Amino acid sequence: MKGLKIIVLAKQVPDTRNVGKDAMKADGTVNRAALPAIFNPEDLNALELALRVKDTLPGTTITILTMGPGRAAEIIREGLYRGADSGVLLTDRAFAGSDTLATSYALAQAIKEMGHYDLIVAGRQAIDGDTAQVGPQVAEKLNLPQVTYVEEVISVEKSAIVMRRRLENGVETVKSPLPMLLTVNGSAPECRSRNVKMLMKFKHARTITEKQEATEDYTHLYDHRPFLYIREMTVGDIKTDADQLGLTGSPTKVKKIDNVVLQAKDAKKLNTSDEGINDLMRELIESHVIG
Amino acid sequence: MNNIFVYCEVEEGIVSEVSLELLTKGRSLANQLGCQLEAVVAGSGLKGVEKQILPYGADVLHVADDPRLEPYTTLPHSAILIKLFEEEKPQIALMGATPIGRDLGPRVSSALHSGLTADCTSLEIGDHEDKKAGMVYKDLLYQIRPAFGGNIIATIINPDCRPQMATVREGVMKKEKINANYPGIVKQLEVSKYVSDLDFVVQILERHTEKKKINIKGASIVVSGGYGVGSKENFKLLHDLAAVLGAEVGASRAAVDAGYAEHDRQIGQTGITVRPKLYIACGISGQVQHRAGMEESAQIISINSDPEAPINSIADYVITGDISEVIPKMIKYYKSNTK
Repeated sequence: MKGLKIIVLAKQVPDTRNVGKDAMKADGTVNRAALPAIFNPEDLNALELALRVKDTLPGTTITILTMGPGRAAEIIREGLYRGADSGVLLTDRAFAGSDTLATSYALAQAIKEMGHYDLIVAGRQAIDGDTAQVGPQVAEKLNLPQVTYVEEVISVEKSAIVMRRRLENGVETVKSPLPMLLTVNGSAPECRSRNVKMLMKFKHARTITEKQEATEDYTHLYDHRPFLYIREMTVGDIKTDADQLGLTGSPTKVKKIDNVVLQAKDAKKLNTSDEGINDLMRELIESHVIG
Repeated sequence: MNNIFVYCEVEEGIVSEVSLELLTKGRSLANQLGCQLEAVVAGSGLKGVEKQILPYGADVLHVADDPRLEPYTTLPHSAILIKLFEEEKPQIALMGATPIGRDLGPRVSSALHSGLTADCTSLEIGDHEDKKAGMVYKDLLYQIRPAFGGNIIATIINPDCRPQMATVREGVMKKEKINANYPGIVKQLEVSKYVSDLDFVVQILERHTEKKKINIKGASIVVSGGYGVGSKENFKLLHDLAAVLGAEVGASRAAVDAGYAEHDRQIGQTGITVRPKLYIACGISGQVQHRAGMEESAQIISINSDPEAPINSIADYVITGDISEVIPKMIKYYKSNTK
């Protein structure tokens, strides 16, 4: 059986899991700009799942597709170092302010321009929003079957894939025709680390914008090594309806943002009195810590 | 028309808790908006399912009963909701933020081009003024949820698209029967009109359910016990509190070594590292090894009979007292403040 063409959807996200002291403002709220930008954790699980398919099915190719600002090319390089074959950065001001639906639309339209594919793999959700919506919405836009919460691909047969997925209280083995889209749960195997050979091969991989901005002159390098070219797509490269893009194409709007104050300055001391414990529970509920 | 719809999950004839909680919330929103509450259930062998649903105040129950609809798969359930929503044009559609609801909701919202907000912790009705467009929207659904790793609380609205869709986790809303004989209407859907054979391309080959796995790492609240809890029996108190708060139970190494808790629950340098929104340390002295596994928790409550317990120095709240006295009170006042 010949290899599959796999697209891995990945997102660069601020690391909301480790909000250290440096990322806290004086008022106890988070300084988002101070958080490091990372490869979304479950998208790394997704990449590993794709790499395992590639391990068992020679000839499989993996392309990472990400939508984001220019610096999101960093996660494409990170994926190349771990065994992906190529990457596409979808980037344009026109996508700014996209909610999950407008994001899914843009990704789906980009995928249509990327040629033949057999399998799309995405992480279950991104840690900056935790919505788990983009995977299923891309599947719907491309009219593909979807399977969510996948932990392992068990086998790839001729035009079908068998996988194990996690349920709330168990596991399920399901078979889907190809092409299809699956989302990978955080309980799936962790992504392998960078491969030194791949790191050497791809460390100069750049998008066209990065090349223009780069101070070093690697022109001759790119002429001889086309794999160092990270494809950049802008809104002009895909067929879109302007009404479905960015803020305009987003049915959901943010009405209000309230910051959660994370750190109390000093410990509040309580005894076992009913009044004190009542006040504590009310305070925790009102600050959305519980409830 | 333009009613509130709740998608009810059902397995082996039992409607899930989160669906009943959403019916209760949907009922109160419907009262506020002066519209009806409708429920949808899709599954197999659903005769009599209305007895579980109507008492929560559903005016209409749509039943899609077909052996192929259970266990749940994405495409047929999506097809039913998409077509039904196109016919009935609900203003609001709610479902559980469960693996099923989070699989189904986005698919449906994409097909209908309606906005969906995941994991809401609160739903309210309110107005919105778009000053730029000079528009005032009356009676929108405010979908309130934590975002950004719980560091912000966002209020999301869908001004123009319908239905306004939201998912809510189990245990967030309270369920309440309003009338055992609530006079709702049951409508049987003709399933073949809603789904096609092509919707059954994904097959379930094997399925087995097991006892819920311990998932301390993913929990936003951890109730954790140490040697000071005193006995395995006392540890049950921690489980009670965790069940009420939707938390997981953790333990220090000393508590695990003493046999109070399973090894899978051990938090600390040699166990699991957690960074929940709230860590409730019960009878834990707070050795460095334990603190290494939990000190990055956003908020820490320490309950300890020793006012000088080292853990108190990193706690946000220190309760000096016996856990057998404190925990029942926490449960009591959590419940009274969330009603």
